[in-house]
Amino acid sequence: MSDITADGLVTGSPTRIADVVAKSLVKRRAKEKRFRMYGIAAVAIGIGFVLLMFGTILNKGLPAFWQSTFRLDVTFDAAALNLPTRPVREEGQSMAAFQQTLYEWQNQVTMANWNGLIQTSLQKYLPDAKPASRLRALVSSGERFRLRDMVLADPNLVGQTVTVDLLADANVDVWLKGNIDRDLADNQYLLSPDQRAWSDQLYEQGVIRMAFATSLFTNVDSRSSPASAGLLGAMIGSLFMMLIVILVAVPIGVLAAIYLEEFAPKNRLTDLIEVNINNLAAVPSIVFGLLGAAVFINWMKLPLSAPIVGGLVLTLMTLPTIIIATRAALKAVPPSIRQAALGLGASRSQSVFHHVLPLARPGILTATIIGVAQALGETAPLLLIGMSAFVANVATTPFEQSTALPVQIYLWQANEARNFFEARTSAAIILLLAMMMMLNAFALVLRRRFERRW
Amino acid sequence: MKFATLASASALALSVVAFTAPASAQGRDTIQIAGSSTVLPFASIVAEEFGNAFSNFKAPVVGSGGTGGGLKQFCEGTGDNTIDIANASRAIKKAEVEACNKNGVKQIVEVQFGFDGIVFASATGKAQFALEPKHVYAAIAAQVPVDGKMVANPYTKWSQVDKSLPDQEIVLVIPASNHGTREVFEEKVIHPGAVSYPEIKALKGDEQKKAILGFRQDGRVIEIAGDYTETLARLAAQNDAVGVFGLSFYDQNKDKLQVATVGGVTPSLETIAEGKYPVSRPLFFYVKGEHIGKVPGLEEYAAYFLNADISGSGSPLVEAGLIPLDDAKRAEVLKAVKARTVAQGS
Repeated sequence: MSDITADGLVTGSPTRIADVVAKSLVKRRAKEKRFRMYGIAAVAIGIGFVLLMFGTILNKGLPAFWQSTFRLDVTFDAAALNLPTRPVREEGQSMAAFQQTLYEWQNQVTMANWNGLIQTSLQKYLPDAKPASRLRALVSSGERFRLRDMVLADPNLVGQTVTVDLLADANVDVWLKGNIDRDLADNQYLLSPDQRAWSDQLYEQGVIRMAFATSLFTNVDSRSSPASAGLLGAMIGSLFMMLIVILVAVPIGVLAAIYLEEFAPKNRLTDLIEVNINNLAAVPSIVFGLLGAAVFINWMKLPLSAPIVGGLVLTLMTLPTIIIATRAALKAVPPSIRQAALGLGASRSQSVFHHVLPLARPGILTATIIGVAQALGETAPLLLIGMSAFVANVATTPFEQSTALPVQIYLWQANEARNFFEARTSAAIILLLAMMMMLNAFALVLRRRFERRW
Repeated sequence: MKFATLASASALALSVVAFTAPASAQGRDTIQIAGSSTVLPFASIVAEEFGNAFSNFKAPVVGSGGTGGGLKQFCEGTGDNTIDIANASRAIKKAEVEACNKNGVKQIVEVQFGFDGIVFASATGKAQFALEPKHVYAAIAAQVPVDGKMVANPYTKWSQVDKSLPDQEIVLVIPASNHGTREVFEEKVIHPGAVSYPEIKALKGDEQKKAILGFRQDGRVIEIAGDYTETLARLAAQNDAVGVFGLSFYDQNKDKLQVATVGGVTPSLETIAEGKYPVSRPLFFYVKGEHIGKVPGLEEYAAYFLNADISGSGSPLVEAGLIPLDDAKRAEVLKAVKARTVAQGS
């Protein structure tokens, strides 16, 4: 034991003190080292999980961007199709009546034997395949409408031979990609043994090849021909919702923040408001979904499954985020700027709008983008307002029914054609993540370029 | 100020959005459907084909929510933001018809379009099951009769229930009560299984009901509120489990599932259509008569659904796992739709 005198000097053996210090030093260093190790381990575990997640998703999803596609020479044989002649508007026929006959004609065109064309062109490669209808089933069933649309767009095609890319059936894609075990018993496959053999044969001949899956971007969801299921409808739906969030949440949020930060008196009421805004930011998103269903659909009578409702619900969810972040950005502008403006005779609103707000803009923009990115990935509230429906149309206004990207992922993962949609779902996830990362990177760039520090 | 103009422009846009909303909600031109998740794949296929076949109508929008949820939405009233069609994997109930009527939905047109089988399936590579309803009951009930007395379920392995069954732990993955499938499962499997015991047959009223539908709570019965993919994931995690699936789901996933026979009959399109396989049910959708003529294409959709090329044998729906009605019955249903015969409920 060493004694410490009143003036702080240590009496007794000096070596013993050095020992104590040295001993504790080892301990302290070890502690420091340990703590760093914990830190590194925590970071490594975090990165490990992220890499694992991205790895599995990329591994599963990337192959789905390429899809088994037939390249066929299709002859639009006039005799085989036997198309009705396009009606001509008669003298004195009203526009509505003409439109009606035009619809009827189009419906008849749809009924023509488009599948027969596909069957004939396939038989060129496998003349011995019997029954031919089973051979035709290798092509996705919705592709007949592609041929129809080609002819509707250009009637002169009838009689000509055109090289067309047609999607293979989902089961063919699953088989060729090896997404289903190749050694199962015959009755465990959806394709018959001869269909599997034909697929392999056509793949070797180069009739079927892996082409970039443009269908993923140009088609809407499909259940009758899963191979052509795409994300266009969902992407448009998400886009509409994001626009609504930006148009509604940003002005309301920014104005509320400006008022609270710059103009509002500091009293109990504004304190209460502030506390509640913070509370609102912590409310689980599903609650906003319930609220949206009650207010926007049942009370305001907005249409079901429409992006307008989804957008408004997401707006409610994003508002607190934007208000809080905008207030923080305003707070970061030094008071000297306001004082200088006021001192030079500016009014309070002039000082805010001419000086404070421009300086806070990068912060506000960043907050908005992050809020929008968060809203883009939100699923739960959308399920409650009926946006999980199967929609085979592309919405042209926010009032038409639509799905959204995250909901589409939810729907696809539950699809019964599991072998095909597992990869498709991962591809959709990759797209969604890519969009989020782009938004976040954009926010980062804005912050880096425009942020000013004092 | 630039920012101020931006702000006022977006405020303007906001008010435009808010005010045009009610206006454009009028005169919906897309049929809105909700309900049973069993019917959803079939209805979606028809919706898509309908949109392709009729250039003057848009493809209907098909939502889920379960039979009960769909009918509840259906009965909320008439008007543009109520649904036009409810998909159901059971017939509408009297109480639901009354709820509908109270809210002004009086013309409930019932359309039966086929059957669906409910199958028991286990993971491939495990033992084959040949089940009887009484086996399932004995495996699932909280209390079972042993030597004339009701005792807490003593069975932990299938082989203890019946010697013919595999020596495998009892784990049953069944749909939760939000699914229409659950009701059919109880009615067509559990009930007949239970009353095959004279002790339970002798019970009366509520006491009998309790004995039949009281399921064990020791973790061997797993209820799934989600869809069949979730049940399948359960089977992948718990290899011993036996799951309850729709026939169409099983058909699409034969690489992972093997089906059990019930009463010695293997479920298939044929055995269910012939009525040999006991666990099947009719599938319906209900059309809101008040909306016919207001929402374009509603009656055409119902008629199109009953077209032989859509739901007859060899049609896309049958390929997707639907068990079709015979032609005579389909014609009869179509006639009732055209006449707008109102459903009474059961």
